[in-house]
Amino acid sequence: VEMTVRDALNAALDEEMAADEKVYLLGEEVGQYNGAYKVSKGLLDKFGPKRVIDTPITESGICGLAVGSAFAGLKPVCEFMTWNFAMQAIDQIVNSAAKTHYMSGGNVDCPITFRGPNGAAAGVAAQHSQCFAAWYGSVPGLKVVSPWNSEDAKGLLKAAIRDPNPVVVLENELMYGVSFPMSEASLSKDFVVEIGKAKIEKEGTDVTIVAHSRSVGFALEAAYLLEKEGICSAEVINLRSIRPLDTETIIKSVKKTNRLVTVEGGWPQYGVGSEICAQIMESEAFDHLDAPVVRVTGADVPTPYAQNLEAFAFPDTEVIARVVKRTLNKQIGASN
Amino acid sequence: RIPPESFQTFKCEAPSLDVKVKKEDLLSMYKSMVAMRRMEMAADGLYKAKLIRGFCHLCTGQEAVGVGMEAALSEHDKVITAYRSHGFTYMRGGTISSILGELLGRKTGISGGKGGSMHMFTSNFFGGNGIVGAQVPIGAGIAFTQKYLGNKAATFIFYGDGAANQGQVFEAFNMAKLWNLPAVFVCENNKYGMGTSASRSSANTAYYTRGDYIPGIKVNGMDVLAVNQAVSYAKDWTVSAEKGPLVLEMETYRYSGHSMSDPGITYRSREEIQDVRAANDPVSGLKECLLENKVVSEDEIKSMDKSARARVDKAMEEAKASPQPDIEEFWTHVYKKGYEVPFLRGREPEEFHRYR
Repeated sequence: VEMTVRDALNAALDEEMAADEKVYLLGEEVGQYNGAYKVSKGLLDKFGPKRVIDTPITESGICGLAVGSAFAGLKPVCEFMTWNFAMQAIDQIVNSAAKTHYMSGGNVDCPITFRGPNGAAAGVAAQHSQCFAAWYGSVPGLKVVSPWNSEDAKGLLKAAIRDPNPVVVLENELMYGVSFPMSEASLSKDFVVEIGKAKIEKEGTDVTIVAHSRSVGFALEAAYLLEKEGICSAEVINLRSIRPLDTETIIKSVKKTNRLVTVEGGWPQYGVGSEICAQIMESEAFDHLDAPVVRVTGADVPTPYAQNLEAFAFPDTEVIARVVKRTLNKQIGASN
Repeated sequence: RIPPESFQTFKCEAPSLDVKVKKEDLLSMYKSMVAMRRMEMAADGLYKAKLIRGFCHLCTGQEAVGVGMEAALSEHDKVITAYRSHGFTYMRGGTISSILGELLGRKTGISGGKGGSMHMFTSNFFGGNGIVGAQVPIGAGIAFTQKYLGNKAATFIFYGDGAANQGQVFEAFNMAKLWNLPAVFVCENNKYGMGTSASRSSANTAYYTRGDYIPGIKVNGMDVLAVNQAVSYAKDWTVSAEKGPLVLEMETYRYSGHSMSDPGITYRSREEIQDVRAANDPVSGLKECLLENKVVSEDEIKSMDKSARARVDKAMEEAKASPQPDIEEFWTHVYKKGYEVPFLRGREPEEFHRYR
């Protein structure tokens, strides 16, 4: 069976709302409009206006309201039309949702899911094309997931809704319409993907490529290309979770391949790749590295509009393949 | 009967001026007000003795608001406020010892010493938010939950005259009216947002009218009976009559500075503070009412005052006797127990905590 990422997310919402009366969805255009990106299609008809709530354009308000309802015992799924707009509400996510359980000494829970499309879209310029993984990934009290394919999307969203902590789900608009095969298990309403566990999408022996979200697809393409050309056997890790970060899986892989390249669509400075580099430096994997770790990232520039300029801003298969080849030729301590 | 100037209204009728209140309720209000003031005086002393760290916002002068409100609420009603939260915590079931313990950063503090002055919670009180205005949409969400679950109860959402200009407040007004939520927005107008007087911050200082499409009542927030009457009215309005949200403006006054680091006299005069204390103090006001109506004798008042002082002194000793939190508590409650991340890092790689 194949399913689009959009339908997988829809199924996750449908199943979790059917399973628990306390789960409800709110956001701009989630109801009558069926969702700006149609992720919530059909849910209003099925669950009614009490549980699928069209809100005004009022991000900090709806986010605060959703957090309050989580404090008071509901399990809201708060959709942001895109994560760019959640900047209006980031205070509620960081200062209210993430910290109140701690500040109250465990007296107040916040079982909430924040979700929406993240990262670069196509031709929408700088305010609508950016990745927030590093922003939310830095905050203790939050869990952050970043699905790539349909199974990730369904399993991680379901896990997020069931988790009694605040969880940020970073979807990707450009992946919504992409179809992926779904395993028998993933079609079940009991299917969840454990938060905090990365997935090895392709095994390999010569270099490890770690990626999340849409970049996983490019990393896989690059790996197969390099294998076909007889250049190397690359292992590709799909992070799935940003926080907690599955360093164990990365370290294990690096100990096997001795080389590491990270790939993400976010900006380079203080990013997910930077964090992985730091964690590898601080771990026993460092002694297993034969070459310095390299980050492939979005460029350190606001996303431009023109197609050629935009294309220059984000990693693709060609860039990843180029960097992997370069890494294979590097040696720690060598002067080349 | 309370004076007609107790209320001013906007798009609604005024609450009745005829107050019927039982003797024991009056006494209970008086005891609470005296205890609250004593507790804040104790906090003031502990802060000056350098035993309380960081922030400490006292509600001295504003006691009638929390006490008058509580007398009209049930345990099912919910309350949320901003950073001036000690008094509300006490009224909503927090013990004086646990509140002072929290201020002292002790193990027996109401949040285990992890929240401090601005972050105290009980089962029907949601803090305690240090971000001015952020509590307002959260409060709307608590009211939303009451409606969602079909609970016949209201949420009282407090904010100050300073916070009244935050955009989130108006976002919450809009949603509360749109969805007919059982939310009562209570502007505690103590005349100054930190050091900025209402007239220097607000184009319209009639805060009870600022809900626009939400009716409002301005209340003499220095009179515990007026507060009680207005809160009862608001509860009937939003719960029994299901008329949606209401705005209450409690006109009150804080004697202390904004926080402990503010002497409170650069933006207002000592005379102003003295005048309010002399003419309009909420505790003295209730005391006079009790004596005039021969509810109690001078001796009984003295005995209640003495007993409040003894209670607070005892609670303070209990709080001081508590040790600091166990260092293991550093790592608890970052995530819900049983659903933690595998481990969290400390200051360096070899300082960490593993959950599983």
